[in-house]
Amino acid sequence: MILLNLILAFLLLQAPVSSLESEGQAALQGGRPEAAGDNRGQSPLKEGGAEAGASDIDVGEIIFEHIGDEYEWHITEWKGKAIAIPLPCIVIDNGVHVFTVHHAQENGYTLNEDGKLVNASTGKRPIDLSITKNVLALMMSSLLLLVIVLCTARWYKKHDALKEAPTGLAALMEPLILMVHEMAKENIGPDYRKFSPYLCMAFLWILLNNFMGIMPFFPGGANLTGNIAITLVLALFTFFMVNLNGTKHYYKEIFNPDVPVFLKPVMPLIEVFSAFMKPVSLTIRLFANMLAGHIMILSMVCIIFIMAKYGPLLGSSMTVVSVLFGVFLDALECLVSFIQAYVFTTLSCIYIGLARAHEE
Amino acid sequence: MSLVTPEFGLLFWMVVIFGIVFFLLAKFGFPIITDMVDERSAKIAKSLKDADEIEARMAAWKEEQAKMVEDTRRQQAAILKNATETKAQIVADAKAQAKAEADKILAEAKTQIAAEKESALRDVRKEIALLGVQVAEKILRNELSDEGSQRAFIDKLVDEANEAKLRS
Repeated sequence: MILLNLILAFLLLQAPVSSLESEGQAALQGGRPEAAGDNRGQSPLKEGGAEAGASDIDVGEIIFEHIGDEYEWHITEWKGKAIAIPLPCIVIDNGVHVFTVHHAQENGYTLNEDGKLVNASTGKRPIDLSITKNVLALMMSSLLLLVIVLCTARWYKKHDALKEAPTGLAALMEPLILMVHEMAKENIGPDYRKFSPYLCMAFLWILLNNFMGIMPFFPGGANLTGNIAITLVLALFTFFMVNLNGTKHYYKEIFNPDVPVFLKPVMPLIEVFSAFMKPVSLTIRLFANMLAGHIMILSMVCIIFIMAKYGPLLGSSMTVVSVLFGVFLDALECLVSFIQAYVFTTLSCIYIGLARAHEE
Repeated sequence: MSLVTPEFGLLFWMVVIFGIVFFLLAKFGFPIITDMVDERSAKIAKSLKDADEIEARMAAWKEEQAKMVEDTRRQQAAILKNATETKAQIVADAKAQAKAEADKILAEAKTQIAAEKESALRDVRKEIALLGVQVAEKILRNELSDEGSQRAFIDKLVDEANEAKLRS
């Protein structure tokens, strides 16, 4: 089983490479969004559609707006006015400042070319703890997960699981939790119970947020698991889980492995490097896969608006094609969402299992 | 580029929120579920094992039962055979006894008949002897009614006695 997992992991390790390529291409085609903060309120989609070729659609900007972070949650456009949820900007820079992004100027802050708050006078980034779109999504999805799992736990408290089959939410959640629990049992060894909650948490959290990311309307739509900060934190949790629980044997294998003498000085370097590369690979894999999925789907949608200006025939035929491809990509993303959550959990599990190894 | 540089604010919030949710769920969420599920798996495993055991015991019982039925049948056959033998024996015995009895009765009857015959013969002989004597008396009385014949007869008897005496 461990071998199988390793093979699966290696196969999926190849995936991000191609995904990164497509991401790179998309970024190249779109170009860098120039002064994104300034025309944030306007919709490039609408301009392109209405004037039919008068101004080019900046695909790059559309995509980056969707996959990036914002200081307000822009939901849609209605009669030329943006409908958005205003979010508080919290900035620590000689004291705590709280304001909405529309009042940034009055508080002495402005947005830089990446759309981030900077001090207007010095041009430096303050400590920015703003509740951004991603943070709000993070809060909502975490709360949702908390409610789901606690409700499931409540079912098990109130019912005798030895006599009744789980119903409702418990029936939905049990196979998922059980899957991760069994995975931990197979890979970690006798003290797997200590690690099973973390693995369950990581799996369900990633799965939930992957699905919420695919969802195109309000409670979802934030590109959370395709954000490197989020995946980095997840990978760091795994990193600490692995290295704070390492056995003597695990550290001996790193610093004093059983190798010929001439390899002794080299092996610790390689092993330490590999220990630090593990969370990096976890970070990049999840981030790149989810980001690439979002970019592909958004590109499909953008094709409709690009082709609209080449006349009704080409426009409508390409619309059919992009809708079909969009459906396909959405289905693929659903699969990828599950696979990536599974891979992250499996690899965390294997890493922890390796760190819990004992002398044979 | 903002896409691949982790944002500090998001890092901070992610650590805080993920940490809190993880803490809460690791304490009140997952262990309850997994413990229950493990308990249930253990129970299912035990039930299966028990069922296997019971099945094995049932099979053993069935075998034993079959053996008992077989035994009983054999015993029944043996008893029936015995009974038949006993019956034949009794009949044979009875026959033999009856024959012996009959023989005995027959033998007794024969001896009795023989005895009866003997006594009857003796009676007949006695009767005949008596009859002879009476007949001889009557003949003698007739022949010796006068004196001359009496004399002649005595003479004859004396002669005969003399002759017998001479001869001896």
